[in-house]
Amino acid sequence: MSLEINGKNIDLDDDGYLVDRTQWNEDVAKALSKTEDVNLTEKHWEIINFLRSYYEEFQIAPMIKILTKEIAKLHNIDKRDASKVLYELFPAGPAKQACKLAGLPKPTGCV
Amino acid sequence: MAASETPLLDELLKGRWPSFIKEMKEMAETKPMVRDVLRQLEKSYVDKRTHWKHGGIVGVKGYGGGIIGRYSDSPAEFPGAAHFHTVRVNQPAGWFYTSQALRDLCDIFEKYGSGLTNMHGSTGDIILLGTTTDELEPIFSALTEKGWDLGGSGSALRTPSCCVGPARCEWAMFDCLDVCYNLTQHYQDAIHRPAFPYKFKIKVSGCPNDCVSAIARADFSIIGTWKDEIQVNNEEMREYVKMGKDPIKAAVLLCPTRAIEWDGNEITIDNENCVRCMQCINAFPKALKPGDERGATILLGAKAPIVQGALFSSVLIPFMEIEEPYEEVKDLLEAIWDVWDDHGENKERIGELVERMGKGEFLEKIGIEPDVQMVCHPRENPYIFYDEFLEETEG
Repeated sequence: MSLEINGKNIDLDDDGYLVDRTQWNEDVAKALSKTEDVNLTEKHWEIINFLRSYYEEFQIAPMIKILTKEIAKLHNIDKRDASKVLYELFPAGPAKQACKLAGLPKPTGCV
Repeated sequence: MAASETPLLDELLKGRWPSFIKEMKEMAETKPMVRDVLRQLEKSYVDKRTHWKHGGIVGVKGYGGGIIGRYSDSPAEFPGAAHFHTVRVNQPAGWFYTSQALRDLCDIFEKYGSGLTNMHGSTGDIILLGTTTDELEPIFSALTEKGWDLGGSGSALRTPSCCVGPARCEWAMFDCLDVCYNLTQHYQDAIHRPAFPYKFKIKVSGCPNDCVSAIARADFSIIGTWKDEIQVNNEEMREYVKMGKDPIKAAVLLCPTRAIEWDGNEITIDNENCVRCMQCINAFPKALKPGDERGATILLGAKAPIVQGALFSSVLIPFMEIEEPYEEVKDLLEAIWDVWDDHGENKERIGELVERMGKGEFLEKIGIEPDVQMVCHPRENPYIFYDEFLEETEG
């Protein structure tokens, strides 16, 4: 699979994740969001930016509990409600959608 | 007759025992998906390696799990195996089905996927083995329309399971079917939206026979037990003896704590030393019955070998009354999850966390007092010093 964004060919794997993560930019995220049927708002970008900075620092995607704690902090809500907010923003889930749109590698394991 | 496409797999059709190849070949006659999976499997036998890719993230809207992605690494050669995702469907408590329910499932699976099922996966779910990404939402709709739901996968609460319980068994110490159903419904979020460090499995057995092997297979094992004395009916014991059963061989000599005596006429049980193994009760069901004060033992930590080794669950609560709405069970679960959430590493099971943290500290964090019944065997190493002891004896 591949997408054409601003004249550039972006390769995607079977699940739609970027094959070359260095190709990510905001336009790529916007294009991916259309394939995912997600309308990117300020709240989405907050999460995408958090995921990217975490990955830059630690070279791995954050554990879900770290992401929900961050959302709880950002919106000043309980961490149980944070999960709800996360799924409202990314209905297919943090691993599948938020990481994909943020250009992070696909999570592995017995998902 | 055409030569077989799968001579190596055909070997598995020989012999006395049923083989999954037999069912797959039958399905392959009408399902190109299955034919291609068989052809790919044949190639795997030749190449001596799998042809499934590692990993795969697929799902349905709103859920973070329940579907396991599976892709062929040779889709051009095996187009039918290009997508072969697994759908986990939450089974009914105790695995009781009406014929119609089974027919509904089969019809759905045959329409939207390969038609192959596992009844059931090891955790307990119904497994639909093989469908494509495009069919996931339709299959989910079809299933939910008939009252089914997906099971858990990933770093989430996995589908709870239980034994047949009071539906079929006289030894059920509480309604395990209801406990399983209640916990499943109460923790839907934890099942469908993975938020744990790793998987967490709950299994419920109605008595210490532990027919779902909760002690070996569940992070959180709920196993029925009794507090008081085994009920003895000596008249029935004498009937068993008349029929030719020997209480010495079948009970006295097999009791792990030598708690049983038989004087030729009456059974005497030293109940204080009974460890609830069920051996004598199983052997003489009409004469020996579990006590009347019934509840469950809660054990924690069982897991399979990966990553740090296999563990059996270890006693956490020796006796808990199990009564609707099971608040005590839920409070305990949530206390454990809080500690696991705060301290658990990525992909660390609760049993592994307890080992790393130490039982003493873990008990303190979840607010449970240590109990002698948590101890399997006293330590034999005298060279352990406690700060408090040293302080007392100094000066």
